[in-house]
This record gives sequence, C-alpha cells and structure tokens, in this order.
Amino acid sequence: MSPAGAHPVVVVGGGPAGMAAARAAAAAGAAVLLVDSGAALGGQYHRQNSLHGGREFTLPAGVEHLAESQVWALEPVPGGHRLHIRTGPADSPERAGRTVDTAALVLATGAYDRALPFPGWDLPGVFTAGAAQALAKGQGVAVGERVVLAGTGPFLLPVAESLIAVGSRVAAILEAGDPVTGWLAAPGGVVAGRRRLAELARYTALLARRRIPYHHRSTVIETHGTGRVEAVTVARLDARWRVLPGSERRVAADAVCVGFGFTPQLELAVAARCALAGGFVAVDIAQATSVPGVYAAGELTGIGGAELAAAEGELAGAAAAARLLGARLPAPVRALRRVREGRRFAAALERAYPVRDGWRTWPRDDTVVCRCEEVTCGELRRAVAERDAVGVRSVKLVSRAGLGLCQGRVCGRAVAELAGLDDPGAAFARRPIAAPVRLGELAEAPPDEPAEPSPGPQQHPTRLEREQP
Amino acid sequence: MRVRIDGVAVLAEPGRTVAGLLLAQGRNAWRTTREGGRPRGVFCGIGVCYDCLVVVNGVPDVRACQRLVCDGDDIRTQHGAELPS
Repeated sequence: MSPAGAHPVVVVGGGPAGMAAARAAAAAGAAVLLVDSGAALGGQYHRQNSLHGGREFTLPAGVEHLAESQVWALEPVPGGHRLHIRTGPADSPERAGRTVDTAALVLATGAYDRALPFPGWDLPGVFTAGAAQALAKGQGVAVGERVVLAGTGPFLLPVAESLIAVGSRVAAILEAGDPVTGWLAAPGGVVAGRRRLAELARYTALLARRRIPYHHRSTVIETHGTGRVEAVTVARLDARWRVLPGSERRVAADAVCVGFGFTPQLELAVAARCALAGGFVAVDIAQATSVPGVYAAGELTGIGGAELAAAEGELAGAAAAARLLGARLPAPVRALRRVREGRRFAAALERAYPVRDGWRTWPRDDTVVCRCEEVTCGELRRAVAERDAVGVRSVKLVSRAGLGLCQGRVCGRAVAELAGLDDPGAAFARRPIAAPVRLGELAEAPPDEPAEPSPGPQQHPTRLEREQP
Repeated sequence: MRVRIDGVAVLAEPGRTVAGLLLAQGRNAWRTTREGGRPRGVFCGIGVCYDCLVVVNGVPDVRACQRLVCDGDDIRTQHGAELPS
C-alpha cells in the first residue's frame, strides 16, 4: 500500500526493466507500485524456480509489489492514467479488483516468442522456445526426451542449455538464418556485444561436448504424429527461407521448440496512445513515450536483452520519479552509456537475425494459422481474396483469424503478413481489453469516479486507489 | 498437497503450476478445440497463447501454465467450449 495521499509511480512488469525502474524511482524518493502477473519477481528472463519459493529478488522499502496481478485495461483520466487490475490466482473468478490512477506510469511489459505457422505446429509437443525455457527453469520439467530446436536468433542456445539441465536430449539446433554473414556485416555490433562472447563460448563448448548438431539455413517444416509429435521433417532453406527441394529429411523427436525472435506486449502502450515506430514503442533519451507521464523500458522499445532492459528501466524509473516529485535529478550517466551500447548491439542483432519472407511458403492450405479460432491458411487467403478484405478489422471479421482468446498475440503478425496488411508488427496490437476477464468480473467493476492525479510535488489529500470488495 | 487430475489422486509440491504437474505426469495435451476437437497442451508457456486451458474446480478456461496448484484442486480436461459448473 502506498502512503495515503501519495500518488505512486506505477510500474507494470516485474522483469529486468520493471525491477530496475521500481528501484530507481524508489531511490529518487517516490512511492512505487509494481504490478506483475507473475507470482515471483524476475519476469521471463530471470525465471525463478517456483518450487524453491522464488525469493531471489528483493525490492527496496517504498515499493509495493503487487504479484499475480493482471492489468486488464488502461484508460486516460485527467492528469494521468487509470489502471484496472485483478489480483489473485490466474483466471480465477475470485480475483480481487482494484483501480489505480497515476501521473507517472512505467510500462515494462516485455515480449514473448514469435512463432511462424507450418504444417503440424498445432500438434501437442510443439512449444515455443520460451515455453521450454519457462518449464525447465521455473518448474524443473522437460518438454520432451528428444527435442529439436528451430528458429532464429541467439536465444535458442540458452534454451538448449536449460533443456539439457533438466535431462532432455537436444537432437539438433536449427538456425534458419545465416548469422555469420549477418555479424560480419555489422562489426560495430560485435564490439558493442563483446561482453557476451564469454556466454557464447560457454554454449559452443556445451554443444561440442554433447555433440549437438547446429545447422544454419535449416528449420523444421512439418511435424508428424497421432495426437502428439513423434517425428519432424527438417529441410534446408535458401537465402529467402524457401525450402530447398530434395533437402527434406525425417528426424525422430517427441518435442519441437520454435522461436523466431520476439513480439513486444504492446497493448497497454497502445491503450495509452503511445506512438510506435517499427512495431515498438518510440521513446526519447529518458525513455519517455509520446504521451506525457508514460515511460517505456525493456523489450517494449526494441529487442535487446536483459542488460539493456535493466538500463532502460533505470532511466525510466528515474524520469518517472522526477516528473512525479517535480524534482531535477542528476543524469544517470552510467545507465545512459549502457543504453547507448546496448542499443548498438540490439541493432546489430536485428540485422544478423532477420525473419525472411520465404516462411510464407511453409504453411499449406490446410495448415492452421490462427490456433484459437482454427482458421487455416487457405481459409484466410480465400477470405482476403474473395471478400476483398483490407485493413485489420475486415480481415478479422471475414476470416475470424485473431478473434480468439489470445486476441491475435500468437498469429497476428503472421496473419497480417499473409493478408498483406500494412505495419504487420503492430496491426493486431490494439486490444482495449488487455487481458481476458470473466463477465462476472466485468459486472462488478466500479463506476468511474473523477480523480485527478497531479504531476507536481503538491499532493491531493484523497487516495487515488480503491479496493473493491 | 493432494489434487485430482481427471478423477485420479496425485501428489503435488507447492509452487507447481498445473501445466508443470500435468507435464511431469507425462501428459502433453489436456484440452480439445471447439471446432475440430483437436488436442492441445502448452504452447507459449508464459500465459500469452491461451492454448493450455483446463478446468479447475469447475471453472473452465484456466491457463494451466499460469495457475499454481492448490491443495485439493480438482483439475480436469476441457472439451471445447465449456460453461462453469
């Protein structure tokens, strides 16, 4: 609970960026409320084993940590924003509702794996790389005994390490891209990322010791099995990621983990009307978005890893506190330098591991594209061609793709690309209900009351947060 | 903790998610889709995809990867779209 009358800096997300933001804001003297959907701090990167209690991270006094809490809607109110939150066991109708108003909001909602549709990607036994990582690190559970990893980007390597640690045998790691060429084209990025070379050396040694094959320009193009994955078809790819005919071979596996980079969790930033650039939230040097009082940090502003996220979080938290307290704080020089270097590395990473458009030839007509609504690639193409769907709304309505429970989080980008929509990275990001809530929960939401969070040091005597019965 | 999975009594440790428990039991599917009746289990593992839905204590549409198991939970397979019982 924040002190009565104090309007806290509100941080959404408890990963590296959110934790750093909360610490920086508290250090500057602001009251802080950190809202996170996880039961333990750390987010996806520092995934703690919840069987061991998850107490690895602590936050300073002055930070209220609201765990197991979902922000399901965000709306502008005079002077700031109002967050609607449900707290309690995931998806339980018994969660407690609460609304919080703030004049200084830090969004650190992170990102999740990007998956591409291919025949059989909806068969049980196909996981995202992040799922394999979360289950291995968070639960000590292996997703399979004999696992194939496929996708693009360096994240496949730590996932392989985690899988081996819980007893899986990694049959192969398939990198669809050609990262050597990509890195050679960006030598500045190698310099900026030099601190990661030790980590890379560790993975290379692990792969050699375990004799795990690592192939460039190949991927899993199909899974086989009755009710669960029993084998996969692996194929070589050309420079645009089209399958090289005749290169297909069958590999026995009971699990496949796929990850083609990451998709930012944009819905709260979009609800706050923050400007986007290239599918990410646009920020200035202090992590301020285009909307006064709203800051963004971490993967939301570009995929750059935990170190960059934490540095951005530190800047965002300090800026949010400065706004709230009406104070001028000394510039966090070290964090600024880390952000500059991190962004250079992130840009090089993006150039080294692009997703090539040849993936659009992988799904067949009967391949499910939207997993929730079970819309196939053929149905989507026909809906777009025959019913002349232009724009995301009409594509959704004529095909039903992206209308299911996940609201296009998994398929949105792929659907947008297959349907030829503009700005495919952000086309599906508008979700006024940011997370599904039950009708009963909606029905008990309180009527809106006027509240004016103040950005200055003078505080209103009223409490801006309310607890519902 | 003692819980039931599709009527069968199972022991679970504190901190287990429903998905962690089911996978540790050797299952990787516990839902069927509304249209095609196809099996589904965990996909994204971090609460984004809503594929791993399961019925907990009569309440459908609970994400198994996000829900921590509680003592006495009655967990069962979800068939298509279900209404709360």
